[in-house]
Amino acid sequence: MKSNNSILKTILVSLVLCLVCSSVISYTAISLREKQEANVLLDKQETILAAAGLLKEQESVDQIFSSISEKIVNLDTGKYDHTIDLSSYNQKDYSNNELTSKTLVPKEDIAVIKRRENFAKVYLYYKDEVLEAIILPVRGLGLWGTLYGYMALESDLQTVIGLEFYKHKETPGLGAEVNNPKWKALWKGKKIYDANDEVILSVIKGQVKRNSPSSLYEVDGLSGATITSKGVTNLLHFWLGKMGYGPYLKKLKESNLGNSNV
Amino acid sequence: MSKTKQILLNPIFNDNPIALQVLGVCSALAVTTNLYVTLIMCLALTLVCGFSNLFVSIIRNHIPSNIRIIVQITIIASLVVIVDELLKAYAYESSKTMTVFVALIVTNCIVMGRAEAFAMQNTPFLSFLDGIGNGLGYSLILIFVAAFRELLGAGTLLNYEILPLIQNNGWYTGNNFFLLPPSSFIIIALLIWGLRSWKKDQVEEAQFKVAENSLELEESKM
Repeated sequence: MKSNNSILKTILVSLVLCLVCSSVISYTAISLREKQEANVLLDKQETILAAAGLLKEQESVDQIFSSISEKIVNLDTGKYDHTIDLSSYNQKDYSNNELTSKTLVPKEDIAVIKRRENFAKVYLYYKDEVLEAIILPVRGLGLWGTLYGYMALESDLQTVIGLEFYKHKETPGLGAEVNNPKWKALWKGKKIYDANDEVILSVIKGQVKRNSPSSLYEVDGLSGATITSKGVTNLLHFWLGKMGYGPYLKKLKESNLGNSNV
Repeated sequence: MSKTKQILLNPIFNDNPIALQVLGVCSALAVTTNLYVTLIMCLALTLVCGFSNLFVSIIRNHIPSNIRIIVQITIIASLVVIVDELLKAYAYESSKTMTVFVALIVTNCIVMGRAEAFAMQNTPFLSFLDGIGNGLGYSLILIFVAAFRELLGAGTLLNYEILPLIQNNGWYTGNNFFLLPPSSFIIIALLIWGLRSWKKDQVEEAQFKVAENSLELEESKM
């Protein structure tokens, strides 16, 4: 018997092994891809509906989601963009590409996202042809990684309906409490802008004093997760401010609440 | 006990990969904050360990000894990728929180250790049993640690509320220490202590002896 250690045998074994392993992996990946993509989409849609408080047990996510219209917004001008195909839009592709994104200098980059895409996909929920909710994708650095989520606003573009994160790496029990239903419920009804149109909605340290005049603009901090709480504040300030959806929300307000085209 | 049964059951108490061999502790720290996540991790590791042993053993007579580690790693890594893909397709919710840790099964010393120490010398069926057995031994410790950490840290078990937290208008203040990785060191150490007082033959010989107390010596002289 020839030795296993001959050069020929070594090359042969590694070649066969690589071929077998790679074909098995490719087969699994391709045959499962459709199911995985469906999972990702469903999860995203669920988060969007949850942020707007539209999730109902009797109806399927697909069904409710069909009443939501999607639009691409040019974040610099605040206008809708009709040249980009809605179904092929991918936030990651846009924020990674230098031509379709803006590199942020540290001073602007309070949410620590490094690059901001020039076009964002927003979701509008109409009930009997009246705008009821507007849902905006937001993201920003927490303690261990970027938090990805959606913020839903009422049609006055000032009152929060809800905030929901679908992807994060925060510590379970501490920062991961951003997904605690009790904490998420605190956001409903909070106001975003002060009289000068500056974002002042913040997650504070400790509990909000019920009778203080600023209580409408404050949310209880997550105990033991100061950095995550701060990260949430920062990402809201970024995305609702001038660098984020500020121009768009302003245009929307001027144009009679988005019932006409911006 | 028959030999097959012994191979399958020995790693659970008598030759536990974490408690006796002290392997795979890294993931025991990382994935044990929540029992549900831990169960999925245990299932993934047990399957990967069993099947990597099986496949390594099947081709053991053809593996050139100078590239055997690479061959083993390739097989293990392929299995891990498959497990990860399956999780993304069929258990999406939990795969979101643990996809990094699943990928790290590749570097888990237990899987690699069993492939090298057992599967390279034994027949496929026995190797498969050995892999599953070691996976079960690993799971036993992890489930125990996770149950402790989730209960004391977050007041829940498998996400069901057992001790109502003050945040949710209950009475229990979650012990944040149990949610941080170092707490598993302490729990695992206590487990090893318990196991070794039960099975005395696992106690290692002391590497050095503490010198007799010189003060006492002096006192006795007086």
